[in-house]
Amino acid sequence: MIDKTVQSCREAVAQVFDGASIMLGGFGNVGMPAQLIEALREQGSRDLTLISNGAGTGPYALGALVGDGRVRKVIASFPSPSAAEFRTRYLAGEIELELVPQGTLVERIRAGGCGLGGFYTPTAAGTDLAAGKETRVIDGQEYLLELPLKADFAFLKAHWGDRLGNLMYRGTMRNFNTVMATAAITVVAEVDRLVAVGEIPPDAVHTPGIFVDRLVCVERHPKVVELPREASAT
Amino acid sequence: MMLTRDGIAWRIARDLREGDYVNLGVGIPVLVSNYLDRTQEIFLHSENGILGVGPRPARDEIDLDLISAGKGFCTLAPGAALFDQPLSFTMMRGGHLTHAVLGAIEVAENGDFANWSVPGEAVPGVGGAMDLAVGAKNIFIAMSHVTNKGAPKLVASCSSPLTARARVRRIFTDIAVIDRTEAGFVLREVMPGHDPDSIRAKTGAALSVAPDCHEMTVPEASAKGVALIRHD
Repeated sequence: MIDKTVQSCREAVAQVFDGASIMLGGFGNVGMPAQLIEALREQGSRDLTLISNGAGTGPYALGALVGDGRVRKVIASFPSPSAAEFRTRYLAGEIELELVPQGTLVERIRAGGCGLGGFYTPTAAGTDLAAGKETRVIDGQEYLLELPLKADFAFLKAHWGDRLGNLMYRGTMRNFNTVMATAAITVVAEVDRLVAVGEIPPDAVHTPGIFVDRLVCVERHPKVVELPREASAT
Repeated sequence: MMLTRDGIAWRIARDLREGDYVNLGVGIPVLVSNYLDRTQEIFLHSENGILGVGPRPARDEIDLDLISAGKGFCTLAPGAALFDQPLSFTMMRGGHLTHAVLGAIEVAENGDFANWSVPGEAVPGVGGAMDLAVGAKNIFIAMSHVTNKGAPKLVASCSSPLTARARVRRIFTDIAVIDRTEAGFVLREVMPGHDPDSIRAKTGAALSVAPDCHEMTVPEASAKGVALIRHD
């Protein structure tokens, strides 16, 4: 019987090594594998390269991991002003940033996961972010060659998971998780609920278990379920 | 007489039609959602994976798993769809959105614009701005006509780092509505108290005047009492 579940986040992240590259799902706090990231902080690997849309949402999980000083490079589209830990390390020259437009980041990960050698995109053509990139004119429009992105690990956050590694998300949790699941050597998921095989309707399996190596069921990180003092507008 | 930020958003909402699929950027653009005619089926896209963003929730209706691109909590409109990043950026870059409404630092007469690299901000961030900029069918820009220091933001050529080349279709400022055409900037509407010459004086590129150019008619305040017009 296949059983990809592990009993703790600590066990789930144990194989991470110094110098590893890690994809982290999430857009803001939604779909961010915050408990896996906290376990990684305790695990202590260094010189990490993180691939993520942002660089932290506060002094916990991703923000704290960056603040710990064990991250060498971040590949991201929007290391937002709220990522104070990243800001400090970046301005001190301690972290390298590879800034990638969000759609290009997504597609590079998709290319990595689906076996493509790269793709041409119009995004960023003629801008500063095109520097050093091969260009090609197709039907009169300029495109940039972008190369695939893969990683040693991907950490995902899903709502339901089963022992086969099938995952289902809710709300806006899917974001980067589904695509990152395809592009890493070892894929680890944090889920809210472990369900029996078949309980996730086949039509609702957003990440099929073929992509997932390990999953752990854990309560959500307390900072992630905390309501802000004032619910902000969109 | 000038439009407030909400006034600009109100005016943009008047240009959206039933059946439009629209992405609203941060800043003034996201305010447009407050002025939509909710009896019309206009679908708001959020790049983190929503088509059909609804109004913001009451505090006791917050769903922690539902946020929009500005990272605030949101609700879903009837008929909404949720999806992942590859599909979201397929909509954006693939030419499926009717409009993207974006802020800008500068817009050039050839349709180039700059909005992702803020002067004085040492940590760069681009997000989905460049993907929207190349992909949406129409790029609408919402911005003040001039900078805080009075410098024109409509210019002959951009000096700030570009977001995309030759993509802007229409610019909504606090004093005018201007189309960007193959022939450059064309003035379509002006706020009361302004005229083509006074708009030209605040514009850093040639500005022609549409034959049907007219004064905007904007209420002083929205139905909820938010000021749409300022008189300073």
